[in-house]
Amino acid sequence: MTTKQTTGMYDNFTRSGRDTRATHYCAGCGHGIINKLIAEALADMGLQDRAIIVGPVGCGVFGYYYWDCGNISAAHGRAHAVATAVNRTERDAVVLAYQGDGDFAAIGFNNSFQAASRGEHFAAFFVNNAIYGMTGGQMAPTTLTGMKTMTTPGGRDPATAGLPLHVCEVFSQLDAPVYIERVSVADTPRIMKARKAIRKAIEIQRDGKGYALVEIIAPCPTNMGTDSLKAAEFCNTQMEAEFPLGCFRDRTAEAVPRPPRPPAPTPMAFFADTHDDDAPAAEVDEAFGEIRLKFSGFGGQGILSLGLCVAEAARMEKRFITWFPTYGPEQRGGAAACSVVISGKPIGSPAVDHPNVLVCMNQPSYERFVGTVVPGGVVIVDETVTRTVAPPEGVRLVIMPAISLAAKLGVPKAANTMMLAALSRLGVTHVTRDNLIRALVDSFAKRPALAEKNVTLFEAAEIEADSRIRLG
Amino acid sequence: MTKFIKGNEAVVVGALYAGADVYFGYPITPASEIAHAAAAWFPSLGREYVQAECETAAANMMFGAAAAGRLSMSATSGPGMSLMQEGISYMAGAELPGVFVNIMRAGPGLGNVYPEQGDYNQAVKGGGHGNYQCVVLAPASVQEMCDLTLRAFALSAKHRTPAILLADGLLGQMMETLVLPQEMPPRPDMTAWAVQGTPETRGNLVKSIFLNAHEQEQHNRHLQERYAAMRADAAHEAYLCDDAEVVLLGYGISSRVARSAAEELRAQGVKAGVFRPVTLNPFPAEALCKTLDGRKALVVEMSNGQFRDDVQMHIAKEGKRYQSVSLVNHMGGVVVTVDEVVKAVRISF
Repeated sequence: MTTKQTTGMYDNFTRSGRDTRATHYCAGCGHGIINKLIAEALADMGLQDRAIIVGPVGCGVFGYYYWDCGNISAAHGRAHAVATAVNRTERDAVVLAYQGDGDFAAIGFNNSFQAASRGEHFAAFFVNNAIYGMTGGQMAPTTLTGMKTMTTPGGRDPATAGLPLHVCEVFSQLDAPVYIERVSVADTPRIMKARKAIRKAIEIQRDGKGYALVEIIAPCPTNMGTDSLKAAEFCNTQMEAEFPLGCFRDRTAEAVPRPPRPPAPTPMAFFADTHDDDAPAAEVDEAFGEIRLKFSGFGGQGILSLGLCVAEAARMEKRFITWFPTYGPEQRGGAAACSVVISGKPIGSPAVDHPNVLVCMNQPSYERFVGTVVPGGVVIVDETVTRTVAPPEGVRLVIMPAISLAAKLGVPKAANTMMLAALSRLGVTHVTRDNLIRALVDSFAKRPALAEKNVTLFEAAEIEADSRIRLG
Repeated sequence: MTKFIKGNEAVVVGALYAGADVYFGYPITPASEIAHAAAAWFPSLGREYVQAECETAAANMMFGAAAAGRLSMSATSGPGMSLMQEGISYMAGAELPGVFVNIMRAGPGLGNVYPEQGDYNQAVKGGGHGNYQCVVLAPASVQEMCDLTLRAFALSAKHRTPAILLADGLLGQMMETLVLPQEMPPRPDMTAWAVQGTPETRGNLVKSIFLNAHEQEQHNRHLQERYAAMRADAAHEAYLCDDAEVVLLGYGISSRVARSAAEELRAQGVKAGVFRPVTLNPFPAEALCKTLDGRKALVVEMSNGQFRDDVQMHIAKEGKRYQSVSLVNHMGGVVVTVDEVVKAVRISF
């Protein structure tokens, strides 16, 4: 006797570890029918070479025994995340995700929902049999009210276990999906409609049009505790009463295929075009030694960019440099500080615990850091800072009216440029004036008008600094 | 050609040169700049950027991209790394490559966003379920944030297991001069096993399930062989160790503090050196034992002694006599200072 072979499936299911044409599904289970409908659709459309099916964890986990196409076995609930990656990288592939109700709608609900919301290009086949099959009949999100399962022995009680989750209705709230339909495989007329819906979802993938969801009501006689006929009857009556069949969305006609990726440069070409300057790599110069600087003040005073300017200028002179800022909530809380190390050799710790040069633009930072400066070092404070604490012995205190000077010159935000000019006049960074100015200009690369303005301010500040810097 | 950039951004430069096809992001401090740079640069270079809905999804997306034979990556910090363990275990089980970047912050739990090294065991001993290992690399500079990202992709593809770039908030946030790579390495050929939606890969299957216990054991034994083969790729850096009386041990940013401390100790007349593993898994145990050779040892770490304990374990496994290894450490986002290391050496030895 010869039987008609199902197309799209392997001739022999050897991946099961046996020489067999029998599937692992129980008698009367809907999975076998759905597996077959998908396989035949792929074969009929000539898509097996292009198809990649992402399988679930659950009774559908062994779909790869049968489907003669590319197969990926995902973690429980994650088929939509996996299929997201596959459709993004393999643009010509026909990607299908196959999941049960626990997998799709419980553990994986957010992954499923978000992928649908992004409008990923794959088809989702969501098998709803109102129960967890593989693990032995526990309550699923789709379990009907009052239905007895291993984890709802008294029947699903909405007061403690909620009501059945309507996936198609929820997903219909999203704008991105192209096609959403609920079908059933509980009897032959319904199977014919399911066949049509499955084919449509696959065609949408063939044509690169977007996300398609087919929810398929399927009997599970084993866990429904009944025979095939009664399980099908349960689907047709009770399940359909809760989950009405029908098409929720069909925008196939108006959906536009995604455009191909434009040609792109290599990293070598890309970074050659975008690299910020042609500064050389650092060179060892043991004689230079190492200068450790700390810049501190309020957020908004340009503390981090002041440190960056000094570091950038030193970089132009082939010094080894590190720059490390405060970040996260500390920064949002109002305090800003950064550590800069300029060295003639590779730098060890980038954290400056004991600076040679400390710049303080506000009172709290002065009080916090002044005691850390090493003997022979220098502290430069804005004149608004009250020197409540004396610097350690051997530390030079310099007072600079950075904030008032910036205000006087008409750009209150440029107090950091005033400090940069003071650092330049004091010579404590061992970086040339030209490079400090160059770094200042570079820091305004995106706003050339401000660059020019700041150079003028820098020059004015230098003159003022000479007359107004005083030793504390 | 050079670029003055943050460690976090250097990771993305490395990934692009490595040929990474896709980045799956989810924001978290102090790793977010990696997602920012990836979102800007990946699409500009014709690569894909996807913002995942959570780190669990990001790791499973990496599983999907890798199953399709693509080079993928994601970056996060402790709380996100914990969520990614599911995907990492599945990737290890399915022998898939991919690069995870952990810019460590203080934990456990929400902790804070400041630098710590408390995820050492999670990365090196495997934070997910099963008998698996990842390649773990520990950069110590902005240059290495780039270079070791490149190496992570290569080693991950070579050994068919995920690679973790284990850095911290300080390395991620700091800026240094990066010398850009000169060229892209050749692309690994994954068509033999990847599922790509092509005629030649139609018969391929990517899975981590082996229902038969004996098959699962065989698979596990095969994985252990892979991990044994990784040992040849162990790497380290020894600084001023030749004549050292005291060897400071640390990885990542702690090794930078140790470097400054060694220089300071030498200025004070104490011959100190630094041994730093560049690869935490495989661990450069043989080189460590050769370098230590009975010399005094002090570990500098920003965690509770996880690294110190591992150092002692490796010394013992190499068949060496038990050696006492002192520890100077901080946790909670506090960075060990050079002074503290110098003092610890002077007090201990």
